[in-house]
Parts: sequence; structure tokens; C-alpha cells
Amino acid sequence: MTAEQHNQSEMPSTGTPVFQVTHLSKAFGELQVLKDISLSVNHGQVVSIIGPSGSGKSTFLRCATLLETMEHGSMSFMGKTVCEEGPQGAVYAPVSELRKLRALFGLVFQNFNLFPHYNVLKNITDAPICVQKRDPAEVLEKARELLKTMGLSAKENAYPCELSGGQQQRVSIARALISNPQILFFDEPTSALDPELTGEILKTIRALAARKMTMVIVTHEIEFARLVSDHVVFMADGVIVEQGPPEEVISHPKNPRTQAFLMKLSHKA
Amino acid sequence: MPLGFCICGLRMSKIKFISRVTSIYISIMRGTPLMLQLLMVFFGPYFLFGMSLGDSYRFPAVIIAFSLNYAAYFAEIYRGGIQSIPVGQYEAANVLGYSRAQTFFKIILPQVIKRTLPPVTNEVITLTKDTSLAFAIACAEMFTQAKHMASAQRSMMPYVAAGIFYYVFNFVVAFVMERLEKRLSYYR
Repeated sequence: MTAEQHNQSEMPSTGTPVFQVTHLSKAFGELQVLKDISLSVNHGQVVSIIGPSGSGKSTFLRCATLLETMEHGSMSFMGKTVCEEGPQGAVYAPVSELRKLRALFGLVFQNFNLFPHYNVLKNITDAPICVQKRDPAEVLEKARELLKTMGLSAKENAYPCELSGGQQQRVSIARALISNPQILFFDEPTSALDPELTGEILKTIRALAARKMTMVIVTHEIEFARLVSDHVVFMADGVIVEQGPPEEVISHPKNPRTQAFLMKLSHKA
Repeated sequence: MPLGFCICGLRMSKIKFISRVTSIYISIMRGTPLMLQLLMVFFGPYFLFGMSLGDSYRFPAVIIAFSLNYAAYFAEIYRGGIQSIPVGQYEAANVLGYSRAQTFFKIILPQVIKRTLPPVTNEVITLTKDTSLAFAIACAEMFTQAKHMASAQRSMMPYVAAGIFYYVFNFVVAFVMERLEKRLSYYR
């Protein structure tokens, strides 16, 4: 056994992918939205998924975060099975098991989806205290620490309606981070924000990347993808057309579909 | 109101049959006059089963008829409130690991209460005024009393007094509900 292999067995986080999905397919009625998607995300990786509207990238994210069920394929977090391909299609783990697996990932929504009747602090702390039954004092301390890193310490008693879009999005990132997820999913985190506020979120995500947070980001903004990610996936018509480092996929795309898509975007800009 | 809540639950049931039956119930309750329903509840037991329940049944009959009728309206108000909550709220709760019951009682219901307060106030006020319909089965409610007194005294005053009573009562209802709305206005 080489030193490297030894290291891997001791630290499974570098060996087993944090998130792995193979041969995922999903249809809404007649419409085949996702066809045979396979993706594996390693610890500390930041993956951006880009592609035209209707390419299935949001559906893919919804399948990954268990908001939709897939028809075929298998999926796992940290090597723990969410679903496996059986003779009749994907077979999901029991509900109690899935509830435990939910703590392994976080999701940041396009339109934040903060709870309007809770203040900032309660939005962040309610789930860990009431769902995961963690110690309230510890959760509160962690929440304040997160708010501090997000530059929102002064806002802990504010209600979501009193915050700007960028602030709301940072609260929702804090809400996703408090359960110590192994991987964070972002569903177009900047689409509901104006360009100025997009910068705030970009900064936050880059700070997370610097701390080796594993992230998967669905985005419309190519520049954003180029700046934050180390792996870019281009999706169209429910399949992964091209993937690789941003300087390849975005700057020197090989596939004609990717080229056409990026061409159209640069014309718009 | 609690009955309305139950009916709302049945109406929104995923089991088609239950939701269908409930929607027929709501349709009948809303589609026929309350006075007719009152008479049915009061005289029904006699004509259907030959039971004579006598005078003491007058008041319970009023309560039953009003509850059955208004529950249908409240159920629809609640349903509207629940369906107006964005799907994102359910999805956020789901991803954070809340169970279905936790999602409903902690996340959805507080927002539904806030949103349905104005129409609920409306219904309560209408309900108060509709109690005058109880005269149809000679239940001694305020309007009936006023009518007796007015004919005995040959005077408008009992009606005026009854009117003032209705108004004062509804004023209190509206006042309390308004206070409640203010208390919930800390968020949008």
C-alpha cells in the first residue's frame, strides 16, 4: 500500500466523492427532462452547471436535493446511498434514512425562501434546534458566528422583509451552513439580485470555496461560473454536453453546442 | 371555526374520494339558504325518524345548523390561505429536514392565520348578524325578542335597541381582530 492510498483510507472525504450520481434520468409525463446524467463531486470542489433555459439543470438540482424523485439511476452522499437503480427503476432509501441524509447537504434557493414570520436568528437556528435536536446554546453561538462572517451581526433580530435581497440571500446561505453540510447546492443564487448585490454573494461563495466547502452552483452567469468554480458542466436538452475546467469549457469550448450557447451570450452582453 | 379547519383538511385530502365528498358538502352548504338548513336541522329528526325533541332542542339546533353552514365557508377561506403560501416555503422546510407536521404547524399555519384574518373577520361579523335567522324556528334570539316587544309596545325603539346591540357586538369583534392583525404585522 502506498502512502497515498493509506492516506485515502484514513480520510474518506478525499477518497469517496461527496456527491455522486450515475445514470440519472427523469421525465415529466412524456417529456424526458434528464437523460443519463452522471456526475461526481469531490471534497472541496466547486462545480458550476451552466446551460440554456429548459436544459434540465434546475431539475437536476431538485433531484439532487430530494425535492424531485428520479426515475432511473443511483445517487449517494459521502458514500451513503440515497437511491439505487433496481429492476423497476430507482429505489430510494427509507424515509427515516433520507431524513438523516438531508443533514449532509444544504440548498440555497433562487428566491431565498426565508420564513417571513421568523427573524434572522430564528430562521437560522430553528431547524437545528427543533429538527436535529442540537443544543440551543451551541446552535445560537454558531449562528452568531456565521452572521458575523456574513457581515450581518447587526441584523439578527430583523425580519426578512426588512433586509435587502443580498442580505436575505446571505441569511439563507447561513441557514444552509448551520447544519454543517458536506456539500452546498445553489439554485441560481444571483438571479433575483441586481448586479451590485451579485458581487456580495460572489464574495461570500468565494470565501466558502477558500475554506474548502464543496459546492454545486446552477447559474446563468457565465462570468460568475468562471470566477468561482474549478469545474464547469454545460448541459443542454437534458444531457451533459461538455465538462471540464472553466478555462476549457468557457474559454475554449470544443462542442459546437457549447460554442453556440456562449456565442449567443457574448452577443447579448 | 375548528370544524371548518377539519373540513378544510378533508377538502385538501390527497384521497380523491374524500376531497370529492367534502367539496359536494361545501357546495350544498353554500348553495342553499341558511334558513332552510336551520329548518331541516330542527324539523329533520321528527320527519325522518319520528323523534320529537321538543323545545329544549331549539338552541342546540341553531348551534348545529350554524356550525355546519359556517364551517363550509371557513373551510374555503382556510383552503385559499393555505394554497396562497408559496411552494418555496414547503421546499425550504423540506430541505431543512422538517417533518410534514412540523412544516405545517411551524411554517405554514402561522402565515395562513395572518393571511386569512381579514376574511375570517368578515365571516364572524356576518355570522353574528345571521343569528337573527334563528327566529325561523322560534328560538328566542335577540331579533325575535325585539319583534315581540315592538309589536307589544307599538314602537320602533326595540328594533333600534337591537340594531345597537348587533352593532356594538360586531364593533367589538372588528376591534379585536384589528388588534390581532396589528400584532401580526411585524412581517410581510
